Amino acid sequence: MARVGVDVVIKDEILDPQGKAILAALARTGHPGVSSVRQGKHFDLEVDDSVSDSDLQEIAGSLLANPVIETWAVTRLPARPADE
Amino acid sequence: MTAYLHVMVDSVENAAATTDLEQPYLALGLKPEEYLSIRGILGRRPTEAELAMYSVMWSEHCSYKSSKVHLAYFGSTTTPKMRSKMLAGIGENAGVVDIGDGWAVTFKVESHNHPSYVEPYQGAATGVGGIVRDILAMGARPVAVLDQLRFGPVDAADSLRIVPGVVAGVGGYGNSLGLPNIGGEVVFDSSYAGNPLVNAGCIGVLRAADMYTAHASGTGNKVVLYGSRTGLDGIGGVSVLASDTFSGDGSAGAGSNSRRKLPSVQVGDPFAEKVLIECTLEVFAAGLVVGIQDLGGAGLSCATSELAAAGDGGMRIDLDAVPLRADRMSAAEILSSESQERMCAVVTPDKVAAFLAVCRKWEVEADVIGEVTNTGRLVVTHHGEVVVDVPPRTVAHDGPVYRRPIERPATQDALQANSSDSLVRPAPAELGELILRMVASPNLCSRAWVTDQYDRYVRGNTVLAQPADAGIVRVDDSGGFHLGLAMSTDCNARYTMLDPYAGAQLALAEAYRNVATTGAVPVAVTDCLNFGSPEDPAVMWQLSEAIHGIADGCAVLGIPVTGGNVSLYNQTGACAILPTPVVGVLGVIDDVRRRTIPGIGHDDGETLILLGETRDELDGSEWANLVHGHLGGLPPRVDLAAEALLGEILLAGSRDGMISAAHDLSEGGLAQAVVEMCLIGETGARVVLPPDADPFVALFSESAARVLVAVPRTEELRFGEMCAMRRQPWVRIGVVDSGNPEGKFLEIQDVARLSLTDLRHAWEGTLPGIFGVATFG
Amino acid sequence: MITFPGTLDDVDAARAVRFAGATAVALWHADEDIKGVDAVVVPGGFSYGDYLRAGAIAAQAPVMRAVIDGARSGLPILGICNGFQILCEAGLLPGALVRNAGLKFICRDQWLRVENVTSAWTSRFEPGAEILVPLKNAEGRYVADVDVLDRLEGEGRVLVRYVASAVPGAAANPNGALRDIAGICSADGRVVGLMPHPEHAIDPLTGPTDDGLGLFLSVVDFLSGVTVR
Repeated sequence: MARVGVDVVIKDEILDPQGKAILAALARTGHPGVSSVRQGKHFDLEVDDSVSDSDLQEIAGSLLANPVIETWAVTRLPARPADE
Repeated sequence: MTAYLHVMVDSVENAAATTDLEQPYLALGLKPEEYLSIRGILGRRPTEAELAMYSVMWSEHCSYKSSKVHLAYFGSTTTPKMRSKMLAGIGENAGVVDIGDGWAVTFKVESHNHPSYVEPYQGAATGVGGIVRDILAMGARPVAVLDQLRFGPVDAADSLRIVPGVVAGVGGYGNSLGLPNIGGEVVFDSSYAGNPLVNAGCIGVLRAADMYTAHASGTGNKVVLYGSRTGLDGIGGVSVLASDTFSGDGSAGAGSNSRRKLPSVQVGDPFAEKVLIECTLEVFAAGLVVGIQDLGGAGLSCATSELAAAGDGGMRIDLDAVPLRADRMSAAEILSSESQERMCAVVTPDKVAAFLAVCRKWEVEADVIGEVTNTGRLVVTHHGEVVVDVPPRTVAHDGPVYRRPIERPATQDALQANSSDSLVRPAPAELGELILRMVASPNLCSRAWVTDQYDRYVRGNTVLAQPADAGIVRVDDSGGFHLGLAMSTDCNARYTMLDPYAGAQLALAEAYRNVATTGAVPVAVTDCLNFGSPEDPAVMWQLSEAIHGIADGCAVLGIPVTGGNVSLYNQTGACAILPTPVVGVLGVIDDVRRRTIPGIGHDDGETLILLGETRDELDGSEWANLVHGHLGGLPPRVDLAAEALLGEILLAGSRDGMISAAHDLSEGGLAQAVVEMCLIGETGARVVLPPDADPFVALFSESAARVLVAVPRTEELRFGEMCAMRRQPWVRIGVVDSGNPEGKFLEIQDVARLSLTDLRHAWEGTLPGIFGVATFG
Repeated sequence: MITFPGTLDDVDAARAVRFAGATAVALWHADEDIKGVDAVVVPGGFSYGDYLRAGAIAAQAPVMRAVIDGARSGLPILGICNGFQILCEAGLLPGALVRNAGLKFICRDQWLRVENVTSAWTSRFEPGAEILVPLKNAEGRYVADVDVLDRLEGEGRVLVRYVASAVPGAAANPNGALRDIAGICSADGRVVGLMPHPEHAIDPLTGPTDDGLGLFLSVVDFLSGVTVR
């Protein structure tokens, strides 16, 4: 088993209304230093060893993300520290 | 490093010096003769920014170059009497109609078909956003939306992607704007499989004295761009039908290659639109605006050229003042961007500060980007250089006009000859089963799965919404006013396929009838003409016939077409969609409290009366479609005089309290209408078909000009006398029956006895069964 | 009547207040001044687009500071739909409202049972009254920890619950809300959060019933000193 993280965000050139609204709220609530917010989704997957990197790309690109408007990044995460 | 940061600008000066430079006009969708014509207008080659402007504004979508010669027929058939209530008509963002008491209404339906196929949610959402801004730009408060959706077969794999996405997009955007969704259509047909139709309609209300138009007058007045920032959204989107990619920015600097691959998808931000609406209405109310234009297809190219062309004829725009969302955008990109939720206003210099203050209140970004001039030229600068210098009319209005070849297809005769007479009809014993099968069919079943995802209550003025024949919203409830607006949109494209002229008139007739059925008076018409490729002479024939049908029909009914929209190239490969001229009819009801509802059950024992004549008309019917997969023959007979008379009867019946419920007969005929009246009213009925009638024809014929009404027993005599006096055909066909201890039933004597529970399961189960239950439990 | 950018049902709520014989006062999200009103309605909509979490950004607005202060001193407050979400995000009511179990926006006429008729907003109803009002939301599923739920039940603070309609086949609970909760109130019964929309049910012409008017009449009674049961 392995842990995999998939982060999905709206492409840079596509409008992210969510990020825009949060950015405006930050400015109003006294955090003027933040210049950009992009809101995305994070998925944690537990996969067995038969799932290859290209499988993961396929999973991310065909289901988790909408390739028309979103980009994604697949990260293999270190195994959980053993229970101690 | 400096080279990387340097942005090359293709200035007018540069264009004049390099007049032989080859330009990618073909990739932008311009034909060689169109390109030459631009060179002729300018006396030189166009700059990249100019080329982008002309190509997008001269596209089919913006210039109506194939349909213009036919659309002129609407104007030529509108009499001064029909025109008398029109405050604005074809050519404005939307038509405006005077409805009395100082109120005016603006309404329109627009297509957003291709973007909804590419990205169903965002395509549908931005379709709603675009039509709402059109209405807003007339100075009106948008008060309701209606959507007309056509998809491939329900069981097609792609329908599972497209249908839920489009419905969620319409709802997601409209709900967030606080606009009640009061009606629309959902149709499934295989011709829409690779080309769904997503049309969106909006109604707006304004004080008649407060109308705004898109014009920029008053030399020295400021041009303010406000709303969302300008990004790379949908660059080339408008021209997508003619050209796949936008490549007019060859020298636009680093990154331009990847930009060419950008999808033509725009993302909607309904929250930004909601504040844009409130902000715009506030600047209207404060009298801060001279002229206004929404930014939709073709973005700033369209807004600046149309504003300038309609005003004093000149405008100066500085693109460096446009707030951008992406780095290093070229002038061509800024001018073509279709970023959503933007408006462009013309403001006198003394009111600019007040205008900007209102924008600040609503946290809407606003910038002065230019001013009105009297030079007769639209001059655009970028990085200090002149990149556009054109006569604005040549961009906005003087695009090419084509008289495309028109030919009635050779196959039309065979299609019309192949009538439904040859189809096997059910035996009387099979009719009960057929009713259940018909009401459960994709095109006749309950639309609640769709409409339950739309807010129909917001603003508290919705008097009727789906599944009523037409939606009704109250205009104003202050000071004891009860004035309301009704609207219905319809099109049976199967009829239009069989005969585009008659089919378009049947669409008009049905929308007219639906409005009249609610007790409102039809006053004006809009249309959204969805057809295949104009390069196919058969499609052009369909389009021309449909336009003539609608225009001639409106002349008979005495109500004007106030505007419309044309969407061409709706086809998958060589296969065009069924010709789909969606017709919207607007009605006025002086007192919404007397609106007629579709559900029976007001009182037990009320009489069911069928108004209109039933003929054996099953060609193109839903029965032929569902049971036999057949389309051929001739559509039901059009009788607009009968429709007008029926409308008068329904109005009188509503005014004098002679009708407690009414429902129009259309697809699925009498059987469908009576089932729906029972289910909506949660009340049973006993129907006795006329003794001389063939029960199958009586139940399933789709003859036009028919409505089923419930009449209180005390009014029956009076109602019958009125019909007789006005020569309205009518027949008593049953009574309302609130049921017995065993439950509620629809009993059709000698044909079937169906429990409302079974009917409800059949009617309501279909769409949730296919697309998943919308509710938990 | 508070208006945030993105508030939608403010005109409806103002109408309901008028129907109940009171005067609606417009409050603006950016003002800390609540103009000395006798009660506050936080209407539905999608404040700031609800892009972060429903109600999350609005809960931070200047006007809400005044509303929170008011709640401490017994000001009657009704949050409807997005307003309920805002009251939860602002900490005035326990729990949270999350995405509907069906994952879709739902607009339908919903039967409810009024469980508590002693609050400032429900005194006009008979105990156990069943009312029909519109429900419309995408994030209406009430959730809270088990001990919070138990405490709410124990203290009679579950104000309104979803119940099944007479039409066969219609599910009672439209969104998967825990224990069918449609609305709750504060310990003093003055702050109420409600997912369904009583302001859309004040006139049978434009809503399914006029059942919702009872909430607005109740608070007018409460403010004019009519005995509360």
